[in-house]
Amino acid sequence: MSLLEFCRWLENTPGSIALHESIWVYPIVESVHVLTLCVFLGLTVVIDLRLLGATLLATPVSQILRRFLPWTVAGFAVMVVSGALLFYAIPMKTYLNIFFRLKVAFLLMAGLNVAIFQRTASRTMAGWDHDPKPPFRARLAGGVSLALWAGIVICGRMIAYNWFD
Amino acid sequence: MSLLTFFTWCESSWIGQAIRDSRWLFPAIESLHLLGLAVLGGVVLAVNLSLLDLGLGRKSAAGLWREVRPWLVGSVAVMLGSGFLLFTSEAVKLYYHGAFWVKMGALFLSLAFTVTAQRRTALADPNHISPLRSRVVAVVSLLLWFLVGAGGRWIGFS
Repeated sequence: MSLLEFCRWLENTPGSIALHESIWVYPIVESVHVLTLCVFLGLTVVIDLRLLGATLLATPVSQILRRFLPWTVAGFAVMVVSGALLFYAIPMKTYLNIFFRLKVAFLLMAGLNVAIFQRTASRTMAGWDHDPKPPFRARLAGGVSLALWAGIVICGRMIAYNWFD
Repeated sequence: MSLLTFFTWCESSWIGQAIRDSRWLFPAIESLHLLGLAVLGGVVLAVNLSLLDLGLGRKSAAGLWREVRPWLVGSVAVMLGSGFLLFTSEAVKLYYHGAFWVKMGALFLSLAFTVTAQRRTALADPNHISPLRSRVVAVVSLLLWFLVGAGGRWIGFS
């Protein structure tokens, strides 16, 4: 079964139709998705800005990560679940949307960025934990993260506009 | 000049007209509004978590407040600027939209609360004020900002 066939099948499931046609549930899921942005992305921005040496310079990077990561992980879980529900409500149109595809690509790149950070700069964190300006690889990870997430937010907003349908 | 006259004037201004006439201008400004939201939301959350003795902890609140202040002011400026542009494109519709007035009322209260009670509490020596006061301030701030966000989201459903 191709992805397209899967989406076509998904679109005809009772749950998808119910969510699509709901008066209250869909807007509520959408609101949860947008407002949880503050929890997940808001604190991710704080972490990235610290990696860039742009704020909270007196606080060790490891402390910021330790204190904020549980919140970003919880926020991310809510984003994934609410985002999946939004996709589930409108599978075909979303799958074919160029901004949705860009958003997924950026999301994968953001994941890759975290994986690279954990295998490189993060390993030597003990040596630069207190530095107001972390080493280049750490700053790069923060900057790339900010750029990718900005792209993800913009693409996410654009999915709703059916310019190319 | 009545408020409705002002709203009508905004909507018929060249800015409002340009945003309405463009296909991509409204979504682009909306995206900027959302990016501002991420920064503002993160800063507000970080400060309030501290006041709740979560996040960076109660002792960090004063330092945190000073460090994130430029980001708070900057993100509020981006939000107000982009929000006003969005407003001009559909001001008359918003005049009759309950969610818009809820959002504006909550926004006024949030900003007023932030620069008065919250600022004082965050900068105060944690040993000299009760933990309860810090917690109440944080909860009130979170509720007010939530109302702003929810009201804003609800404007889109009409």
